[in-house]
Amino acid sequence: MSPSPARTPFIVRLGNSFDARSWGMVGVFAAFALIAVPIMHLVLPADHPLHLSTWFITLVGKILCYAIVAVAMDLIWGYGGILSLGHGLFFALGGYGFGMYLMRQIGRDGSYQSDLPDFMVFLDWKELPWFWIGSDSFLWAVLLVLVVPALIAFVFGYFAFRSRIKGVYFSIITQALTYAAMLLFFRNETGFGGNNGFTDFKRILGHPITAPETRVVLFALSALALIGTLLLARYLVRSKFGRVLTAIRDAESRVMFIGYNPLWYKLFVWTLSAMLCAVAGALYVPQVGIINPSEMSVGNSIEIAIWVAVGGRGTLIGPVIGAFLVNLAKSWFTVSFPEYWLFFLGTLFIVATLYLPQGVVGLWSRLRARGRGAGATADGPAAAVAKGVGA
Amino acid sequence: MHKLRVLLAVCLLGISCAQAAIDPELLKPLADDDSDRRIAAILALVEAAPEEAQPVLKAMAEDSLALAGERVVVLGEGGRVFDAASNRELTPPPAGVETIGINNRVRRELASALAALRLFSAERAVRWQAAQEVNQNADAKMLPLLERALAVEQDAEIRSRLQLARAQASLGASDAGVRLDAVRTLGESSDPRVRQLLLSLTEKRGDTWVETDSAVRAAAGTSIRSIEERLAWADNLGRAFTGLSLGSILLLAALGLAITYGVMGVINMAHGELLMVGAYSAWAMQSVFRAHLPAALDWYLLAAIPVGFLSAALVGVLMERIVIRHLYGRPLETLLATWGISLFLMQVARTLFGAQNVEVANPSWMAGGIELLPNLMLPWNRIIIVAFSIAVLVAMWAILNLSRLGMFVRAVTQNRPMAGCVGVPTGRVDTLAFGLGAGIAGLGGVALSQIANVGPDMGQGYIVDSFMVVVLGGVGQLAGAVWAALGLGVFTKFLEGWTGAVVAKIVVLVIIIVFIQKRPQGLFALKGRFVES
Repeated sequence: MSPSPARTPFIVRLGNSFDARSWGMVGVFAAFALIAVPIMHLVLPADHPLHLSTWFITLVGKILCYAIVAVAMDLIWGYGGILSLGHGLFFALGGYGFGMYLMRQIGRDGSYQSDLPDFMVFLDWKELPWFWIGSDSFLWAVLLVLVVPALIAFVFGYFAFRSRIKGVYFSIITQALTYAAMLLFFRNETGFGGNNGFTDFKRILGHPITAPETRVVLFALSALALIGTLLLARYLVRSKFGRVLTAIRDAESRVMFIGYNPLWYKLFVWTLSAMLCAVAGALYVPQVGIINPSEMSVGNSIEIAIWVAVGGRGTLIGPVIGAFLVNLAKSWFTVSFPEYWLFFLGTLFIVATLYLPQGVVGLWSRLRARGRGAGATADGPAAAVAKGVGA
Repeated sequence: MHKLRVLLAVCLLGISCAQAAIDPELLKPLADDDSDRRIAAILALVEAAPEEAQPVLKAMAEDSLALAGERVVVLGEGGRVFDAASNRELTPPPAGVETIGINNRVRRELASALAALRLFSAERAVRWQAAQEVNQNADAKMLPLLERALAVEQDAEIRSRLQLARAQASLGASDAGVRLDAVRTLGESSDPRVRQLLLSLTEKRGDTWVETDSAVRAAAGTSIRSIEERLAWADNLGRAFTGLSLGSILLLAALGLAITYGVMGVINMAHGELLMVGAYSAWAMQSVFRAHLPAALDWYLLAAIPVGFLSAALVGVLMERIVIRHLYGRPLETLLATWGISLFLMQVARTLFGAQNVEVANPSWMAGGIELLPNLMLPWNRIIIVAFSIAVLVAMWAILNLSRLGMFVRAVTQNRPMAGCVGVPTGRVDTLAFGLGAGIAGLGGVALSQIANVGPDMGQGYIVDSFMVVVLGGVGQLAGAVWAALGLGVFTKFLEGWTGAVVAKIVVLVIIIVFIQKRPQGLFALKGRFVES
């Protein structure tokens, strides 16, 4: 791009991230989430065939949060070539930050009628630990959700990327980090509610948390957050930044020889990815009603990677599709055939890595190319990505 | 020989040894209604006739001492009755025999009296045992007996035990000088109980000291300190040993990974499940032996070693052939695929053997341990596991360095294309090496079955730890894995002493994370020029 005297305004560039068809899809999705769902849940009577149950709203709302995490993971893995096994940590940190606000909103309605959360009364604590001071304010909670995971990601990432730790080494130490955090959060005396985590929430900003209206609003917020994430991600990967990032993924040494310092590119996308996860976690907790340390288990973080792999790395719609496919399958399996869920998930991991290097999105474009009889394989961005990411 | 000496000594001390029988007058108070008088009688009897008193007291402890009129008798097998004083059988058995019942207090006294009597046994082992027992509950009443035993005891170890017991017993003496000596002698003990005893002396009860003499108190303080020093030493030794045993477990878990990850560059997240396969093999062998060879049940573990190795190796070879083979050069995808395999294997175990842990018993030869010090016990199962891991390590070193396969594996590690060019069948070497790594994980599983729970989820707990060992030790290095495993084990156990188990684990993980930032190649980096992949 040749330097032009007046740069295109940011908002226009942001708008240009999507073409007309994509904006149309976003519009349809937004209309569904913001208009159709509230009507179908709140207005239509419960026996109406189009009525959406609370179960559905909660399930889809939860998966919307997972989709945000998947897109965040895709940014760092699909475009940055860095497989993080620690995204469960950032998700849980966001959840804990906002969960504490919800705990404080319970006020004196807990089983012990104390100003302190029940688990602290149970441990015979007299006052809040210092890091929870101010957590009764909504704005402070939002700040915690955004800043704490970002800070941890920044510091950790700075040292890791500066030492040029990459590939499986990076994966393994992010896994160790998450594991250590999980052990820490499991302790009762660390102030995170131990085994049970935070639960029994009553209200959010004064509104009862289980009321249908609150659920619909949270659902809409999750949908908006997902749209925002997609828009931001799309803008990023199409910008010069995104191109350098992809170049680092494919040939880091060459990028360095040209004169770029990969550290800041990696660090920015890593921190951003962590923040997106934290936002997803904060939206997830009020909808699900609980946050506990098992969210940081080793398996959870790896599962995030499989959403992305199933959907298709290096595409932005892929992770969203992957998150929906895997999680819908999970909720179906765990109800109908709980004993086969792990067989299915295990097979999914193997099949996705062996036979679906570009995920279902790549499969779809391949099938379409074959349908057209073009003969040539769809060598779109996804195909190039799959080769690069593996290296 | 010894018995003679004892008898001689007892004679010299002025106690009648000529008469083989006991004075019946000494026996009569044993049947007294008052417990105090009975206890006095027991002590008097022990003092008067240590040799002959033994069967009588034993009979009393076994509730077979009885009163027939005025005469104390011992009830024998088949309704036979013996005179307690002369040990002669009474024929015909007297009528109206009434058993002498005893309460718990008397029973306790009896036990310690019997223990004291065994101090004069001819067998060293019996005397040693008795000396140990006396040490546990020595009191002033036993003093004369202990003195007498000391006078005849020749064995140095038993003597020192007896001296300790005498010191404990004379803590209550009225003479401050005797107490002072006693307290000083006790300083040589390394028994936590003695420390407790001395500590109680230095306490205040109300306004008065338990021990009135200040010199004795000061000596007690010195003695406590020297005991504590010795205790701390034993504690540290114990910690080093448990650290070593944890390290050897980590080593067993990580050795297989050192091959698959270190040598082949394959991240195998299903490694923990290979451990599980080994552990379930041990369980299966135990079941087979229980059903078909109950006589040899103790040796099921020996059969489990090859079975565990082969079954885990088989699973490993299948994994490599079906999945991992297609993913060489794509480590991140291998990670995901092997995670899928691990989920799969876990569910297989759950379906086949149930979600609950199965019970694997230690063979009897692994029970118990070596008691090095009163507060330091080395359990046999841990010792055997340390030895086992050393054996596995040596075997693996031999395979890698002495066998043809090992040479091929090393060649492929160093330069895969070149090895292929000179005719090394790299594909087959990969499969075999993976099978070897998996088989070693299986051996680790067999060892783990002896000290940890065996269940479908057991592998998950080891995966992070064993990767830490490999990452810390450096890729492609057996020596690195060994040092990292032992170092981590010992370090963790010492840290646990200060901070508790969970915090120690967190600290260790954080330290490793920081360490990796500083030295991404691990403790032992391969030297030479390697092209960055």
